Amino acid sequence: MVVETQTARFDSIPLDCGVTLTPVEIAYETYGKLNAAGSNAILIGHAFTGDAHAAGVSHEGKPGWWDNMIGPGKAFDTDRYFIICSNVLGGCQGTSGPGCVNPATGKAYALSFPVITIRDMVRLQKMLVDSLGIKRLLCAAGGSMGGMQALEWAVSYPEIVLSAIPIATTWRHSAQQIAFNEVGRQAIMADPDWSEGDYYETKPPARGLSVARMVGHITYMSDESMREKFGRRLREKEKFGFDFGVDFEVESYLRYRGNQFVSRFDANSYLYITKAEDYFDLTNGTGRLVDAFKSVDTRFLVISFTSDWLYPSYQSQEIVRVLRRINGDVAYCDLQSNYGHDAFLVDVAEQTELVRGFLDSTARAAEAA
Amino acid sequence: MSTATLEMRPDFKIVAEIVQPGTRVLDLGCGEGLLLAWLATNKKVLARGVEIEAQNVRKAIARGVSAYQGDIDEGLADYPDKAFDYVILSQTLQETRAPLQVLTEMLRVGRKAIISFPNFGHWTVRAAMLFSGQAPKTDLFPYDWYNSPNIHFLSINDFEDLCRKNGFPIERRYFLSGSKKVNWLPNLRAQTAVFLVG
Repeated sequence: MVVETQTARFDSIPLDCGVTLTPVEIAYETYGKLNAAGSNAILIGHAFTGDAHAAGVSHEGKPGWWDNMIGPGKAFDTDRYFIICSNVLGGCQGTSGPGCVNPATGKAYALSFPVITIRDMVRLQKMLVDSLGIKRLLCAAGGSMGGMQALEWAVSYPEIVLSAIPIATTWRHSAQQIAFNEVGRQAIMADPDWSEGDYYETKPPARGLSVARMVGHITYMSDESMREKFGRRLREKEKFGFDFGVDFEVESYLRYRGNQFVSRFDANSYLYITKAEDYFDLTNGTGRLVDAFKSVDTRFLVISFTSDWLYPSYQSQEIVRVLRRINGDVAYCDLQSNYGHDAFLVDVAEQTELVRGFLDSTARAAEAA
Repeated sequence: MSTATLEMRPDFKIVAEIVQPGTRVLDLGCGEGLLLAWLATNKKVLARGVEIEAQNVRKAIARGVSAYQGDIDEGLADYPDKAFDYVILSQTLQETRAPLQVLTEMLRVGRKAIISFPNFGHWTVRAAMLFSGQAPKTDLFPYDWYNSPNIHFLSINDFEDLCRKNGFPIERRYFLSGSKKVNWLPNLRAQTAVFLVG
């Protein structure tokens, strides 16, 4: 299934920071067909460094980042559902972000791009969904930052969102999550090539961005998965080099992932999107999650993974507990996995079982109503 | 969900008889969600389940049941008063750490509680204990004492006694031997008891 990324354009979007961004573009892909009743649409939110290409194969032959979950007969079954995935606001894969040209100046926005929030991302997705003529979403789903978007959808537009599947996520970023993001940002900003964000006509802060990515990758794995994958194995050598070149496999892996990332991701987008994550708090600082969910009638499937220490299970359980408190409709499972936070991308057999059953019963109930 | 059948335990059939259509039902220790799926399909109830085993929760959710993974005691505390019409505890009371607390919470959270349990007063249990002098191991209680999930042993009379002392009104009682109803000397002859309390 070769898929094409499309772009929608809107005159403007009001943002949480008070600025109105004019104009705004959003890159998106769709899979499957919208049925006549318009009742089978599912919106997928991508994680931090993801993009609109969630499923199928691009013209360049690249599979989507959740191709193991979205497709004919898969968890998000494209024979049955109409799936939409868009690149987030502030991103660098086709949706307006700091690397885009500001039509007012003819130059890249860089740091003049307004600081955005998860709610802003969702607001833009809502504009896209409206423009596609979709009145209701059967489901809003996603892992990690995609899960934050799913939660935000349910809270911002409860009348539109029939169900939500937040996976490996949180209702507000914790000190530890903010701390890791700050390390990434500091690595970028400490690179002289960053030049206060104004590097689009020179060269990007590749070293800083790659260090940021290395830190990120550590947080996506688990002690156990790293032990299994790398252990203390040496990289193409029998004994230590007694220098600061690559000795261990794990070093080689992190350097590789870091370098690879630089070619596909914009450093300023890294700053903007991590900031949006850090600002994320469904309660707007009150801490009263019950109030946030007060008028939410959405059906929830919450999934966490036992070895995820970046978004630990207790954060999902907090959401589940509050939904119980308001007598909401919530299913929850803490799936056993050694893959850490990455589990929602790679360890999908059991996740598939849950999502398929949940969507099926949600769709049936909607048809019956 | 539509394929759920009631080829299940006899006490499930009694529960299915008791539950009125269109009500809100919480099943504590819902297992793979068979009973809830059946009730949702056939009685159009609003079904919720709690289950501790991840594998069971997975199967329940895959079946379309809104089940969540959690401890019965911990899970109940979050629900508002009278959130459900029925709270079901099938064959699990003898496994809970604080049965009285669970019952009290069930009646806070639900208008009515449906409780089923294996009867420790059954004659086979009494005979096993009398003749072997060891912790009874029978069809009804098939475990060795050291690996049994059962941590409390109660008979029908024990349960009635508890309800009386705590003012839990027993609305209906069903006694079963296999799938047959028992009317005469239930504490001696019934293997399973189902109570509707509240």
